[in-house]
Amino acid sequence: MIFDLDLGPLWLTLQLAGATVIVLLLVGTPIAWWLAFTSSRLRTIVEAIVALPIVLPPTVLGFYLLIALGPHGFLGSPWKDLTGSTLSFTFTGLVIASTFYSLPFVVQPLHGAFESVGKKPLEAAWALGASRLDTFLTVASPMALRGYLTAIVLGFAHTLGEFGVVLMVGGNIPGQTKVLSIAIYDHVEVLEYAQAHTLSLGLLIFSFVVLLAVYTANRRLPLHAT
Amino acid sequence: MSQLTANFNLAFPSFHLQANINVRAEGVIAIFGNSGCGKTTFLRCLAGLERSITGSMTLDTYTWQDESQGIFVPLSQRPIGYVFQEPRLFPHINVHANLQYGWKRTDKSVRHIALEQVVQVLDIEQLLERRPSSLSGGEQQRVAIGRALLTSPKLLLMDEPLSSLDLQRKREILPFIKKLDSEFHIPIVYVSHDLNEIVELAKTMVLLKEGKVAVSGQIEEVFSQLNLRHLIPENHLGALVDTAVAEQDQEFGLTKLTFSGGHLHVPHQERTIGERLRVQILAKDVSIISSPPSFQTSVLNLLEATVVEIGEVHTGHPFVDIKLDIGCPLLATITRKSLAALKLHPGQIVYAQIKAVALSSETYQ
Repeated sequence: MIFDLDLGPLWLTLQLAGATVIVLLLVGTPIAWWLAFTSSRLRTIVEAIVALPIVLPPTVLGFYLLIALGPHGFLGSPWKDLTGSTLSFTFTGLVIASTFYSLPFVVQPLHGAFESVGKKPLEAAWALGASRLDTFLTVASPMALRGYLTAIVLGFAHTLGEFGVVLMVGGNIPGQTKVLSIAIYDHVEVLEYAQAHTLSLGLLIFSFVVLLAVYTANRRLPLHAT
Repeated sequence: MSQLTANFNLAFPSFHLQANINVRAEGVIAIFGNSGCGKTTFLRCLAGLERSITGSMTLDTYTWQDESQGIFVPLSQRPIGYVFQEPRLFPHINVHANLQYGWKRTDKSVRHIALEQVVQVLDIEQLLERRPSSLSGGEQQRVAIGRALLTSPKLLLMDEPLSSLDLQRKREILPFIKKLDSEFHIPIVYVSHDLNEIVELAKTMVLLKEGKVAVSGQIEEVFSQLNLRHLIPENHLGALVDTAVAEQDQEFGLTKLTFSGGHLHVPHQERTIGERLRVQILAKDVSIISSPPSFQTSVLNLLEATVVEIGEVHTGHPFVDIKLDIGCPLLATITRKSLAALKLHPGQIVYAQIKAVALSSETYQ
């Protein structure tokens, strides 16, 4: 039963989760920073928007993303002009969709971490001659290390488990968009319980090990309360 | 001599700072006022952490802010050291790395203060490898001061650096702050609501009230002014006198201090002859007699004085402050009834009985 198991979906899933986390850190950091330090009234609105994927059914999110990523959508159309190919039903499209889907799971821990760092150490760093970027890299980020760890893990894990959005946006193309959760669903549909079992158990154990490792590391990391 | 001039006008929902200063940038410049008077905001304006739309700030030939010309230099580019009320050490790096943080970011040509010197003056050698969280409050604040000094600043701002510490820790740090002036020659703007600290440290004093500068000037001049009652608590009203230790009287356990107007006897001070000592003679400890006492008095310090000025008389308030000259200014608080009985007027020769001399440093020794 191990031998006829296609590990392609597993590999694809890890790639998707990895790519998504990288994009999310790049996109989520400035959003979280802004949320933590702005006094703008737009703050609450942005906070609410960022949190939307937590409450929305993945199919709703997936539906709108499908439209946005489609050849006439606001993301898909310029992409098509630029590259000649569409976004929907591609790996890139999946990364974009997952980025939206997992956004709150990265932004919220970072937001919390930056807030607990607070303005005080930043002001101290400025007074010592550090520029804003320098301060971010040498003071705020290391002090927010725990937040980053949590953000990475939650972002990764949440992307691993996504189903509805992938199904809507990516479909089920082997090697392109057929991720683990969809492969499991496929196996169950054709009553291949053994294969479904192996993949599910694999995912279960993998997730548990990762979380365990992170919580252990988190406990060992010094807590930088200010 | 270089000058520090600043002019800020900044409105907050509940508070309006509208302060001008123009003081000599030398020694400790104390900013005093009650909580909520805008001391910290004023300091943050000097640093550029708050930006006043119509502000300006210059030190010597440096202009760090002049909004009329569109100049505003951010804090990271101003050679200013800032010691906050809390130490604000970076928790993820050790003391040594904290000290080096600003030093590394200071241009080589500007650096004139070395790590070894700071470590020695602040006595933090044995802390270098430790994490900030394992340090006591006093130790942390010493490191914070060192860290700021190592950027070789042109101006050091200190926001109540001792306020979060207990008396013992204050005693531990105050001598170091005193040393900063003589060791590093950096002017310090020192915000405090503790007059003992200020009398101990300051050369110049700025009194803030409700966001405005009420009085500013050399500290001896400020403390010898009449009509400060609404700015300074009564138990701190009184002239400052700069003295030097003249003699130790072992037999009676007294120390004789000399000053421009004569001598003062105070309880024995563990000081060397010639050492300079700033004392405060509280106005409430001075009484006035119109002619030398014909009987013996138990008061040791009796000085001839000239009445300079009579303070404002408020009906309903029993006391009035009198400014005297004993070779240097002296304030005395007497009752209105005594004022009438003695018929005091400017130019009159009287005698001042000084019941006690407050040695500001005593509080911290």
